[in-house]
Amino acid sequence: MTTETINESLDDAHNDDHHDHKMTGIKRWLYTTNHKDIGTLYLWFSFIMLLTGGAMAMVIRAELFQPGLQLVEPDFFNQLTTVHGLIMVFGAIMPAFTGFANWMIPMMIGAPDMALPRMNNWSFWILPFAFAILLSSFFMESGAPNFGWTFYAPLSTTYSNGSTAFFVFAVHIMGISSIMGAINIVVTIMNLRAPGMTYMKMPLFVWTFFITAYLLIAVMPVLAGVVTMLLTDTYFGTSFFDAAGGGDPVMFQHIFWFFGHPEVYIMILPAFGIVSTIIPAFSRKKLFGYSSMVYATSSIALLSFIVWAHHMFTTGMPLFGELFFMYCTMLIAVPTGVKVFNWVATMWRGSMTFETPMLFSIAFVILFTIGGFSGLMLALTPVDFQYHDTYFVVAHFHYVLVTGSLFSIYAGAYYWLPKWTGHMYSESLGKWHFWCSLISVNLLFFPMHFLGLAGMPRRIPDYALQFADFNKWVSIGGFAFGISQLIFLAVVIKCIKGGEKAPAKPWDGAEGLEWTVASPAPYHTFSTPPKVD
Amino acid sequence: MTTKKYESYYVPAQSHWPIVGAIALFMIAVGAANYVTDIKNNVNGFGGYLLLAGIALVIYMVVGWFSNVINESMTGKYSHQMDNSFRQGMSWFIFSEVMFFAAFFGALFYVRVFSVPWLDGAGNNVETAAVLWPEFTASWPLLKTPDGTETTAMGWYGLPLINTILLLTSSITAHFSHVALEQNKRPQLKMWLGITIVLGLIFLVLQVQEYAHGYSDEMQLYLTSGIYGNTFYMLTGFHGMHVTLGCIMLIVMFFRILKGHFTPKNHFAFQAASWYWHFVDVVWVILFVFVYII
Repeated sequence: MTTETINESLDDAHNDDHHDHKMTGIKRWLYTTNHKDIGTLYLWFSFIMLLTGGAMAMVIRAELFQPGLQLVEPDFFNQLTTVHGLIMVFGAIMPAFTGFANWMIPMMIGAPDMALPRMNNWSFWILPFAFAILLSSFFMESGAPNFGWTFYAPLSTTYSNGSTAFFVFAVHIMGISSIMGAINIVVTIMNLRAPGMTYMKMPLFVWTFFITAYLLIAVMPVLAGVVTMLLTDTYFGTSFFDAAGGGDPVMFQHIFWFFGHPEVYIMILPAFGIVSTIIPAFSRKKLFGYSSMVYATSSIALLSFIVWAHHMFTTGMPLFGELFFMYCTMLIAVPTGVKVFNWVATMWRGSMTFETPMLFSIAFVILFTIGGFSGLMLALTPVDFQYHDTYFVVAHFHYVLVTGSLFSIYAGAYYWLPKWTGHMYSESLGKWHFWCSLISVNLLFFPMHFLGLAGMPRRIPDYALQFADFNKWVSIGGFAFGISQLIFLAVVIKCIKGGEKAPAKPWDGAEGLEWTVASPAPYHTFSTPPKVD
Repeated sequence: MTTKKYESYYVPAQSHWPIVGAIALFMIAVGAANYVTDIKNNVNGFGGYLLLAGIALVIYMVVGWFSNVINESMTGKYSHQMDNSFRQGMSWFIFSEVMFFAAFFGALFYVRVFSVPWLDGAGNNVETAAVLWPEFTASWPLLKTPDGTETTAMGWYGLPLINTILLLTSSITAHFSHVALEQNKRPQLKMWLGITIVLGLIFLVLQVQEYAHGYSDEMQLYLTSGIYGNTFYMLTGFHGMHVTLGCIMLIVMFFRILKGHFTPKNHFAFQAASWYWHFVDVVWVILFVFVYII
C-alpha cells in the first residue's frame, strides 16, 4: 500500500459546517457520531468492566485461598462466578474488540467514519445501561443471578432466584448492542473501502473483524431466543426446558451452545487479527501466508457452527452425536494450526525487536496454543468424561480468553496508543506490566490444569483438603495478576497526559493506512478516500 | 496522485436520538423485568407503567430520528454509497431476525424429532420412560403431556389456510406496488400498497380470532399447554408481532407516499419495508407447514 501522500490536510478542505463543532463536556460523548470517540468509549467501558469483573475474581480467589468457608456464603459465591463470567464475556472482551473495530477499521480501509454513525452511538450507549441492570441485581432481595454464566436450565428456570427477569432483559440489551455493532462493521467493510482496496488487499485485522461480525449477526439472535424461552419457562408457565411438559432441559444446552460456541470464536478471531498485525510489524517482514490466514479464519468460523455439542458430551447424547461433534471439533485444530504456523513463520529470520506490543503478541502465540491444546484434550469424548466440569475446563478457557483474547487486547492497545493519544507510552512501565502479568497469569492458571485432572470440580466455594496447596498458589497468582493490571491503567493515563511526542508512524515495520495520518489521529480522517494500489 | 472525483460520504453531526433511545430501552428492560416479576409474585408495582413509558419514548425517538434521516435524504445529502449502506444494513438486520426465528424453529424440530419420542422410550431411553412417565405416549401434536395436561390441536384448514392465502397475496401486491413505484405510476402504487396493508390487517384480526378460539373452553389450547402450546403460541406470536411491525412500516410508507415522497430511483425506506414484508411472509409459509400441517 503506497499512500504516503495521504494526510490530514485533505480534511480541512472538506469540513462542511456541521462536521467539526465538537461539543464539549459530557454532551460530546453522549451525542457523538464520531467513530474515534465511540471507540474510546467502548475501550474505557470495557476496561472498567474488566476491573469490575476482576474484583469479583479476587473475592472468588480469596475464598478459595484455603479450604473451608471463610469470606462469603456459597450462594453469594455462585452469584460472583456467574456475574464475573457474564461481565468478562459481554462487558470486557467483546466491547474491547468493538472499540478496536471502531477506532481502526475506518482508518485501515480509508473510510471517513463507520457506515451508520448514529446507530454506532446507540450500540454503545445501551451497553452501560444493560450492565447497570445486571449489576443492580446484587442489591436486590434475591441477589444476583447464581446459575453460572451459561445459565443452564433448570438452574435458571425452576431453581432460579427472583432477579432472573433482570438478567434476561439485560442480556437482551447486550445482544441488541452486539447485533447493531456487528451490522455496522459489516456494512462499513463491504461498502466504505477506499477505491482499489479489494477484499484480498484488506489488512487481516479487518478480515477477522468482518468474519466475527457475521458470526455475531448469526448467533446473537439465537441467544435472544434462548433467554426468551427461559423467561417464558420461568414466568409464563411454558415448558421448553421441562420434560414434564414435553420439553427437555438438554435442549437448553443445545440452543445455548449453538450460540455459545461461535461466541467463543467471536472472542478470539479479532485477537488473531490483532496479533497478525503486530507480529509482522516487529519482525519487519510481511505476514507469512496472508491468503491462507483469510481462509483459515473463514473455516474456523464455518466450523464453529457444527461443533457446539462438544460442551455436552456427558449429557447422554446418542453415540453418533458424540462422534460427530468430536471429529468436527478436532478438525478446527487444522486451520488454527495454520495460523500458529504462519505467525511463527512470520517471525522466522525476521529482524525482531521486542517492544511491549510484540511481547504480548509472542506470549499470545505460545499461551493461546497451550489453551488450544487443552481444548483438543477436551474435544476427545472419552477423556472429556473425566475432565468435564472440573478445573481443567476453567484452566482451558482462561488460557484462551485471558492469555489469548485479553493479551491480544493489551498488545493492540500498546501498539495503537501512540496513534490514539499522540504520545509514546512508557516502554519501561509497559514491560513491567507485561512481565508481571506473564508470570502471575501462569501461576494463576497453570496449576488449575493439575487441580482439574485430580478431580476438583468448578464453581464450588469449598474443596477437599488435597487441593489446598495448588489453590493457595493459584490465589497468589490471581492477586498478583489483578494488581498487575493497575500498571496498565497507569500506563494509559500517563500516555494520555503526556510523554514523548509520537510520530505518524512510530513503528518502523508497521504497515497500513492508519500510519499515514498524523498522531494523534485527527478527529476526522479520510473524508476523501485515499487511493490504494 | 490523481484525484478522481468520489461522492462524499455523509457523516451526520452529533445527535441526541441515540441516547434517548438508550434511555428508552433501559426503561423498557427495567419496566418489563419488574412487570413480569410482579405478576409472578402477585403484587402490583410500577413495572407496567415504566414499560409503557419506555415504549412511548422509543416511539418518540424513532419518529424524531427517522424524520432527521428523511430530511437529510430529501435535501439530497445522501450519496449512492449511503443508500447502499442503508440497504445492506437492512438486509443484515433481516438476517438476524431469520436467526431469531431459527432458534424457535430449532426448538420445535428438536422436541418433535428427539425429546418427545425419547420420553416415550425411543433410542436408548426405555428405562427413562418406564421410570418417569410409564403412561406417556409420544405423538405430535403433543395433546397429552407427560404430566397429564391435555389440549387439542389447531387444524390447518379454516382460519390458518385463509391467513396463508391472505399473506401470500399481500406479498404479491407488495411487489406490484414496488413495480408501480419504479415505473412512477403513483395511483397504482397507492392502490397496491393500500391493498397490501388491508390484507395484513385482516391477517392480524383473524390471528386474534384464532387465538380466541384456541383459548376457548372448547379447544383449551393455552400457552401453558405443554410443548405443543408453547411452540404454537411462541412461533405464531412472534410472527404476529413481526406482521404488526411490518404493517406499521407499510402504513408509514403509505402516508409518506401521499406526501409525495420517493422517486423511481430513490426509495430505500419503501424497499426496506417491502423486504421486511416478504420476510414475514416467508416465515409464515415455513410456520404454516411445520406448525399447522405436518
